[in-house]
Amino acid sequence: MTTAPDRASLTAFVTASLADFGAEEDLITPDATFEDLEIDSLDLVELGQAVKRRFGIQVRPKDMDGVKTVGEALDAIFRTAGI
Amino acid sequence: MAARAVAVTGAGAVTSLGTGAGPLHQRAAAGESAFAGGEGRCTDFDPVPALSRREARRTDRFCQFALVAAEEALTGAGWSGGLPYEPERVACLVGSGVGGLETFEIQQTVLAADGPEAVSPLMVPMMMANAAAAQIALRHGLRGESHCVIAACSAGAQAIGAGLRLIRSGEADAVVVGGAEAATSPIVRAAFLNAGALSPTGDSVPFDRGRDGFRLGEGAGILVLEDAEAARERGAPVLAELAGYAATTDAHHLTAPDPAGESAARAVRGALADAGITPADLHYINAHGTGTVLNDRAEAAALRRSLGDALAGIPLSSTKSSVGHLLGAAGAVEAVATVMALHHRTAPPTVGLRDPDPELGALDHVTTARPLTAPGPGPLTALSTSFGFGGHNAVLVLRAASGGRAA
Repeated sequence: MTTAPDRASLTAFVTASLADFGAEEDLITPDATFEDLEIDSLDLVELGQAVKRRFGIQVRPKDMDGVKTVGEALDAIFRTAGI
Repeated sequence: MAARAVAVTGAGAVTSLGTGAGPLHQRAAAGESAFAGGEGRCTDFDPVPALSRREARRTDRFCQFALVAAEEALTGAGWSGGLPYEPERVACLVGSGVGGLETFEIQQTVLAADGPEAVSPLMVPMMMANAAAAQIALRHGLRGESHCVIAACSAGAQAIGAGLRLIRSGEADAVVVGGAEAATSPIVRAAFLNAGALSPTGDSVPFDRGRDGFRLGEGAGILVLEDAEAARERGAPVLAELAGYAATTDAHHLTAPDPAGESAARAVRGALADAGITPADLHYINAHGTGTVLNDRAEAAALRRSLGDALAGIPLSSTKSSVGHLLGAAGAVEAVATVMALHHRTAPPTVGLRDPDPELGALDHVTTARPLTAPGPGPLTALSTSFGFGGHNAVLVLRAASGGRAA
């Protein structure tokens, strides 16, 4: 079951997913780097898969190439979703 | 130069009897077993808080067992404040029969339902059988050699033996060794059942006349081994000495043991010779004792062939009667049980054994917890045997520590 995506719900979902992956919740801000959050490239692929499952947005591993911060990841997802 | 003696300074276990080497010994000694539906599942196991959320999420169940058992073993050895050796001089060898089966099964379902793009990139690092050794090394910063010993049901014992040799050869000052398994899956159950190895009734007791196969278990056993001299210098707690090891192969049949037990007997003789002892020096045998007719009879034959008349006077029991057959973790959990038996000077029983199979010949079955004594001049000494599909035979000799600190 997928839900029509908007920026707020995608941001909330990404934040919850990163916390579920083990990132410290208080540290998850748009400026936070994945290095500081101890989120690696494997986690980012899983994040893309989770977004696909939940929202039907086809985020591929290459869409996350060069992504360093939470904000950049959100931008990549928004871009793919066309919002 | 004499071979370096090797001390066991830490022990940890996760079994269906509970998390810890303590419950494994105390509950087994009290005659308890922990089976549900004929399986020794670790139903109360919780990887958190011992593991972080991130570690728990990125590890298969078998690996979580290993990490939790390692935490107990390293803490017991006094390593929790930091490694007492150069990290490059500490190795980590953890055996498994199957590896991360649950992870594989889940991702197989994901592939079928959602296609290849949905398969987790974490599947390989979670299911690989070497994940347990890798994750323990990662968590504790161990930078010597690490790998997984794959040898079916003797993997745990062979990982311990390989670790012993690393210390003796001078390649390592300390090793974290053991085995881990989480393979109580319906497909494994079906395969072992169809192979005639698993008990169809689910209440089979090793060595009993009415046994009809083994019962599956899951869990992990981890030991910390240290160069005994180095352990003594740092004032480490010493649980036992790992005095001898030998391993052989049947080359008889892919799954069935050689009924004459020739190669298994050679492993027993080799382990005794390695420890510099004779059958008369043994005070306890923690047998492989699976509860299959083929194993129990071949094992009795091998022990009789190697130990001769001494066998009938040595107390013998099977840990599998309490926790089931842990496959690649069995030899490691049983080594932990043997260390605890020596440490507490009490042999746990073969739980539920009432009517020993007379075909096994004269054996001193332990049916209720037995105080262990060493009437001779030598320390309390025990044998732990492991045999695996593939014809692998591995035997460990363990000795009680003198006075709780390295001699």
